[in-house]
Amino acid sequence: MKGKILRGKVHKFGDDINTDYIISGRYKFKTLNLDELVRHIFEDIHPGFYNRITPGDFIVAGENFGCGSSREQAPLVIKYAKIGAVLARSFARIFYRNAINTGLPIIITQTDKIKQGDILQIDLGKGEIKIENRGISLSVEPFAPEILKIIESGGLVEYFKKYGGWSFSP
Amino acid sequence: MLTMGKTIAEKIISRHCGREVEAGELVITRVDFAIAQDGTAPLAIQRFQEMGKEKIFAPDKVAFFIDHSAPPPSKDIASLQKLMRDFAREKGINFYDIGSGVCHVVTVEEGWVSPGDLVVGADSHTCTYGALNAFATGVGSTDLAAVMASGCIWLRVPESIKVYLKGKLSHGVYAKDVILYLAGKITSRGATYKSIEFEGEVIENLSMESRFTISNMAMEMGAKTGIMKVDKKTANWIKGRVKKEIKPVNPDPDAVYSKVFEFDISHLSPQIARPHTVDNVCPVEEVEGIPIQQAFLGTCTNGRLEDLRIAASILSKRKVHPEVRFIIAPASRRIYLEALREGIISCLVDAGAAIVTPGCGCCVGTHNGIPADGENVISTANRNFKGRMGNPDAFIYLASPATVAASAVEGKITDPRRYLK
Repeated sequence: MKGKILRGKVHKFGDDINTDYIISGRYKFKTLNLDELVRHIFEDIHPGFYNRITPGDFIVAGENFGCGSSREQAPLVIKYAKIGAVLARSFARIFYRNAINTGLPIIITQTDKIKQGDILQIDLGKGEIKIENRGISLSVEPFAPEILKIIESGGLVEYFKKYGGWSFSP
Repeated sequence: MLTMGKTIAEKIISRHCGREVEAGELVITRVDFAIAQDGTAPLAIQRFQEMGKEKIFAPDKVAFFIDHSAPPPSKDIASLQKLMRDFAREKGINFYDIGSGVCHVVTVEEGWVSPGDLVVGADSHTCTYGALNAFATGVGSTDLAAVMASGCIWLRVPESIKVYLKGKLSHGVYAKDVILYLAGKITSRGATYKSIEFEGEVIENLSMESRFTISNMAMEMGAKTGIMKVDKKTANWIKGRVKKEIKPVNPDPDAVYSKVFEFDISHLSPQIARPHTVDNVCPVEEVEGIPIQQAFLGTCTNGRLEDLRIAASILSKRKVHPEVRFIIAPASRRIYLEALREGIISCLVDAGAAIVTPGCGCCVGTHNGIPADGENVISTANRNFKGRMGNPDAFIYLASPATVAASAVEGKITDPRRYLK
């Protein structure tokens, strides 16, 4: 992630966006094929959402993003939809784990300052967010060093491949 | 140096990670048992293989369950279940095929969880085992793959919230009503990342089955787990099920809590969670009379024997309303068999209910009772999100088994108290 700058447009969501809304249980039990699942992203609350995504766009939400089931398909479909990062005031805990473990960038910040359609520039290394069109800067809550190591590996699978197992002792 | 007292979560995690830890620390910790179901295991298998691993750290400490789509309603799902079945057989993992029941009900019936254990499951309602004094929490499929490979998981030691429940439940009010009430008060994110310790005379007076209902829904307030202390009822329940010596864990008197709630539930009415969030809760009086087209009794929250008994007591010598489909899924094969022996199933079927295979299908929208557009459903499940039961244009109300059964009789949301002697 060092030196990596993300840039994209904002899709704004509210509080308590649950995993059923991200990808409905109707689909997720059927297949491991993410190319197929991704077309149904946010279908129940925003029909046609998939067609409105430009690669690199951001999902920006309020509190408790990703609450509900433990389905890892939720962060995975967001990653496969080529969303650059998810920003929220807070994340539900299993979604938070799953995003880290699958290498989807997640950012905890004051998202109430961000509006639908804003263009953001995010420097993950420096922990800075700029709202380009309005000249506002936001700070990012940093990750624990151990967690950053998993994120920088691109997820837990890559991390295990790289280190052969857990690289930090309890 | 002065050390602070510890919560149950801090003590259990300390015991498992090999050093004394407190809330806020990040640890790699050993786990005692791990489970996955057919919605999460196929991805965990794929991840495990991508990690380049061959051996499971301890196959006897892992169990797979086919409960979310049991039996499989399509060839795609059947193929994923075959993948699980083949993998479990090859690796020697404990395997529970269709008909065994809902993972969280079967796991404890089988004695896989003891007080003081640290258990993870690739299913959000793994927190159910907290009723047995275990630190049990839901994780993802990649987490589960890492656990299968290493026997360990990364965890942040959670802060704890204490919830004291005082008073005596009035007639017709059950554990489900208590936990719905708490969800309404604490809200769906009021306990995010936290471990909830449930305590007080209300918990002491509940049966073990009812305690599982409470711990099960800790998740719906965002909690990592919902733990209870061990008492005689816990000890009796695990007798004959758990083979190892048990080591109950109690919080220190000076343990630190981020919040303490106290509720007196003596005058609580039956509670209802209205569409489309679990914390949109009100007393039954406020929604009585809303017509329903489907009623569902089952799930890891409320598909246990005492739940079926309550429904049978209400439906005995009565009929399900002609405009209602009443779907019932006993939560496990054992519960199903016992309900058959007690005559509960014949009573329910005679009243007009449809019994389906033990499993999660109706609750999670895979099959076994998807509502039509615009329909209202009353259910004993733990979630009522839009689309949860497979149709985003349906409306789900959550309630106790008694409220669901009474509503099935009347064809509208009904206060169960007048049906209970």
